[in-house]
Formats: sequence, C-alpha cells, structure tokens
Amino acid sequence: MAFDYEKYLRMDRMPHMWCPGCGIGIVVKAMLRAIEKVGWAQDDVAIVSGIGCTSRTPGYVDFNTLHTTHGRALTFATGLKLARPDKHVIVISGDGDAAAIGGNHFLHACRRNIDITLIVVNNYIYGMTGGQASPTTPFGMRASTAPYGAVDPAMDICQVAIAAGATYVARGTVAQGLLLERYIANGLRHKGFSVIEAMSDCPVQYGRRNRMPNAVEMIQWIRDHGVPIARAKDMSPEELEGKFITGELHVAERVEYTEEYLRVIERAQKAVGVQA
Amino acid sequence: MAKEIRLWEGNHLVAEAAILAGCRFFAGYPITPSSEIAEYMAVRLPQVGGVFIQMEDEIASMGAVIGASLAGVKSMTATSGPGFSLKQENLGYACMAEIPVVVVDVMRGGPSTGLPTHPSQMDVMQARWGTHGDHWIIALAPAFIDEIFWATVRSFNLSEKFRVPVILLLDEILGHMHEGFRIPDPSEIEIVDRARPTVPPERYYPYDDTQGDVPPLAPFFSGYRFNVTGLNHDKAGFPTTNPEIIQRDMERQRRKIMGHLDEILWWAEHRLEDAEIAVVAYGSMGRSAHAAVDRARAMGIRAGLFRPISLWPFPEAEVARLAERVKAILVPEMNMGQLVFEVERVVAGRCPVIPINKVGGIPIDPPEILEAIRARV
Repeated sequence: MAFDYEKYLRMDRMPHMWCPGCGIGIVVKAMLRAIEKVGWAQDDVAIVSGIGCTSRTPGYVDFNTLHTTHGRALTFATGLKLARPDKHVIVISGDGDAAAIGGNHFLHACRRNIDITLIVVNNYIYGMTGGQASPTTPFGMRASTAPYGAVDPAMDICQVAIAAGATYVARGTVAQGLLLERYIANGLRHKGFSVIEAMSDCPVQYGRRNRMPNAVEMIQWIRDHGVPIARAKDMSPEELEGKFITGELHVAERVEYTEEYLRVIERAQKAVGVQA
Repeated sequence: MAKEIRLWEGNHLVAEAAILAGCRFFAGYPITPSSEIAEYMAVRLPQVGGVFIQMEDEIASMGAVIGASLAGVKSMTATSGPGFSLKQENLGYACMAEIPVVVVDVMRGGPSTGLPTHPSQMDVMQARWGTHGDHWIIALAPAFIDEIFWATVRSFNLSEKFRVPVILLLDEILGHMHEGFRIPDPSEIEIVDRARPTVPPERYYPYDDTQGDVPPLAPFFSGYRFNVTGLNHDKAGFPTTNPEIIQRDMERQRRKIMGHLDEILWWAEHRLEDAEIAVVAYGSMGRSAHAAVDRARAMGIRAGLFRPISLWPFPEAEVARLAERVKAILVPEMNMGQLVFEVERVVAGRCPVIPINKVGGIPIDPPEILEAIRARV
C-alpha cells in the first residue's frame, strides 16, 4: 500500500517554501516514514527546529511543532524532553544551525546523551540567507561570503558527534532515501542522543556557485563522494580525501540523561523520606 | 503545617518560594551573585519530583525553560547582568510565543562583567528593553524578605495568567542578606495556573483573540497539536507576513499587559499622607529610603516614601498624583540614573525630580538620602 504522507503533513500549509530540487523534501519523507515505522503516535512526538530552510519543517508536519531561535533548537528540545521523558523529541537542523551558532549546544547534547534524535540536513551552505559559507562548506568551494573559495576547513559533524559522546551516529544522503529512512528509524529507536547527518543538495545557493546548477548534478555529486563505511575500511587516507563516509558510524550504549535524572529524583526523595 | 520563623538568605528564599508556587523545572548557568538560587534548586527540586539542569550557557538555560514550560511545567532560570544579556534572545522568543517563564536577575554592576560581587541596580532598563523589538513584559523588584517571597510567587502567577515572561529583579544586597521569615502554610498561598483550552483540538488556536487577550495555552503532548514560532504568526501559530494580522496580534499583546494594570501594578507607601518631600526608591534602595524617611520625620521633616514593586509596568498614575502634592521627588538608585527617566516622564514637570546616584558597588545609605531630603526642605 502506498505510504499516506497526508496523514503526517499539514496539507493546508502547502505549497511549501523550499526550492524545486531541494533535498530537504527527501529528508522529511524519510523522517515521516521512519516515525511510522517505529509506530509513534503524532500526539506523542515533538519536532523542534532552529532557523533556516530545514528549520521550516515543523510548520509543514502535523506533530507538536516548535520553530525556535537560530541554533537553539536543542536547548528547547532538552527542556521539552526533561519535562516529559516519556514522549519523543526530534530536532531537525541545517548545517549552519547545528554546527555553527548551535555548535556548543550540539556538543553538550551529545555529552549528556539525552534521548533526543537530531537530524542534520547538511547542504554545505546557508541557503535561506543567500548562500553564505557554513562550517561544512568544503575547503576551496565557493559561497557568497567565500567568493575566492572557502578558507576554513570543513567540519565533520559525525566525527564531532562521536567525539562529544553521542551514542548513535549515522550518515546518509538524499541520493539514497531508503537507507536514510533506515538510519533515522534506528536513531529514533536508540535510547540516547542520536545524530543522523543527511548529505543534501542546494542547487540554488551552493550548486549554482560550484558548477552544479541543477539538483540532478548535485545529487550525483553527493552520491559519488559518499563511501560506505565497509568499503572505507580498506581505503587509504589519500583515497578518502574529499570523500565522506556513509552508514552507521557509531552505535554505543551509555547511561541516558533523563533515566539517570529519574534515579537522582529517587535518591533525593529517599533522603528526605518522600514516597515516590 | 505552620513552619517556624528562620533566617533565610534572599536567594534561597526565591528558590523555596518558586517551588511553593509550583515551579518544577530550573535550568541555569552559574553566575555571581545569583548562583545560590541554582545551588538550592539542585538540592530541592528532585526532592519534590522536579528537574534541575545546569546547562552549557545562559542562552541554553533560557531555551530549556521555555521548552519545559511549553510542555506544561512551571519553569524558572536565574542569572545576573552578563547572563541576563545572553538570555535576551530567547526572552524575546518567550514574549513573542507567549510562553510563561520566570527569570530572576540578581543585579550586579556593568556593563560587561562589571562588579560581580557587589550590588547595583543597573538592569532596570535591560529588564524592560533588553530584547529586540516591541514587546511587553512584567518586572518586579521586592525590597524586604517577605516581599521577596510574595514577589516570587506573584512572578509565577502573573506569568501564568498573562502568558508572559516575568523578570524578578533583585540585587546583591537582597540576594545575600539574611532575614527572618516564616514560610506561610500552602493554604495561604494563592496559585494561578495558565488557562487550558476547553474546545476540541480541531477548534483550538493558541493565539486566538476571540478567546480574550490571553488565549488558553495547551501543553505539548496533550492531544492539541499546534505550531509555535518566534516569527510573527497567525492565530494558529503559523508564520505570517500579513500586516493586518501582525498589527492585531501585537495590539493584543500590548493590551494583555497595559489593559490589565489593576491586576499587575504593585507598590508600597510609607508616611506619604502629608509628605512634602517624596522619595521614590525600589529594591535595596527602598530599604535605605525607608530608614531615611523615618529619620527625617524624627527631625520634624514631612518626608515620605513611594516604593514601586512592579517596575514594569510602572505605576504611572500614582506617581503623577504624588507629584501634584509634593515639593520634590528624590530618586536614589545604584546606577547613573535609570528609573529616574520613567519618574521624570510621568511627573512631566509637575515638581522637580532629583536623582541620587552611586555606582561604586557601595549602597547609598540612609544618611546620604536624609541629607538630600534636608537640602530640599
């Protein structure tokens, strides 16, 4: 049976504001299918975002939705999750939102291992504000604020997530929607902080400046630059230069923040003789 | 259960009062002179089933309290000047999205890192206008231990009633002083909870002005699925650039505060009945002024004190009436002059307004205020 997207979309909000060919739609599809796969009720899910193209997702999907300030989505999400640990909180962010202005919050959400799923749509650029360089713009590539090529080395969001303590880290691409859906579903099921990076295209702001002016060319570029983790194991650093590794990069078990805080409450109440 | 009178530190009493007012979530970042509020909450909140979290920064703390409040849990954060500056971004979000939260600012000197361990009253204007854009807000400035307790409870009640962030302004003197206080029995404490929708979910709009100036707010995860944004939005909470909708929504946001002054304004008067010199002072300077007025009266000088406790909105009509019947109004403040601007605005030339300012981290003491009173007789 065909997947019923309308069940999850606010059809009265259509048409959406994303450009033709934008990869965000593929990521949103994968997210909705993953939510259906894990069987969560819409009333039990909050979708939180910051600012930017990706962050407009909450307006279009029929859940408890929260569009916050630039880079701060994880902070609002942390409050929501701590207030209702029994419910599900998903954050959807762009690369600038998650890795630049939200970089500090990102590190600490990973460190806490709080049971939130973060989906980062990485299209290497600030799309909404006019194609400025982001922390993931590849070295030497062009942006409106990097007219001679980016000088800053690009950040590897997944490596940062692993180093900071996230317990589920996967990277997919919009060229492989079904794999992306599987990673998101596994991230949703995972108890702890999950990061799914979705390599995505922005033909209008990134592709046009970097000789990939349409979506097909840019998605092909993404497909050709991704290396599955199994194959990457046999490749030298030179061979991996300029490529990114896809797949489930890190899965670990570690104490989850809201569960540990429930134990804090138990200990505190026991100490003052309160019956929980 | 009647509790005994005990010595309370101002900061600790804020925390205990918050818990009695129903606060069950606190997110904060350490900063002097407010840190004792966080430390006390870290101990007490889990005992009552609540959550304390030390966030990575002030911005994160402010985001977290908004998130928790949106899930239906009464939430508070506490900070001091530099941290209050960082919170302003998300404070504006709470104004725009109309999420109730309480922000305690135990003022210290500034700008920048200023005077960490000394008192000041330099955040009066930041409390009103710190965040960008037009917005309406409530700020309370208690002066005595019992007022600290009731102002904290009232901060929660007003934030819930009007779906607005409430700023509780203390200063280092009030935060760190110890005074005797008996915690009232819970039955003596009025608790206000935000209105929740009674309509079915398909007919619920979180910003619907036909529901009054303060529309009901459904908690997330309660079966009412809606959108919240910091963008200008329509009655359903979706972004809009429609000028008429924005105008109407902003007018409602102003009206929900400025149209309900009788429920918000709060002030105290001391020996004003036949006063010819009035002192307008708040917070710890209200205490100095109280003592100075008593000393002036003992010398036969007809002095009196008007002490605004709600600084924002400001009790304008009351101060304007006062200006009609006194020879001068003195405004002592631990800053270079902030609330004095508001006093001058509402006095509008009816009598002279004389600022008394001191910023070195040492309070203006009663003899200094007494001297200024004597100079005007």
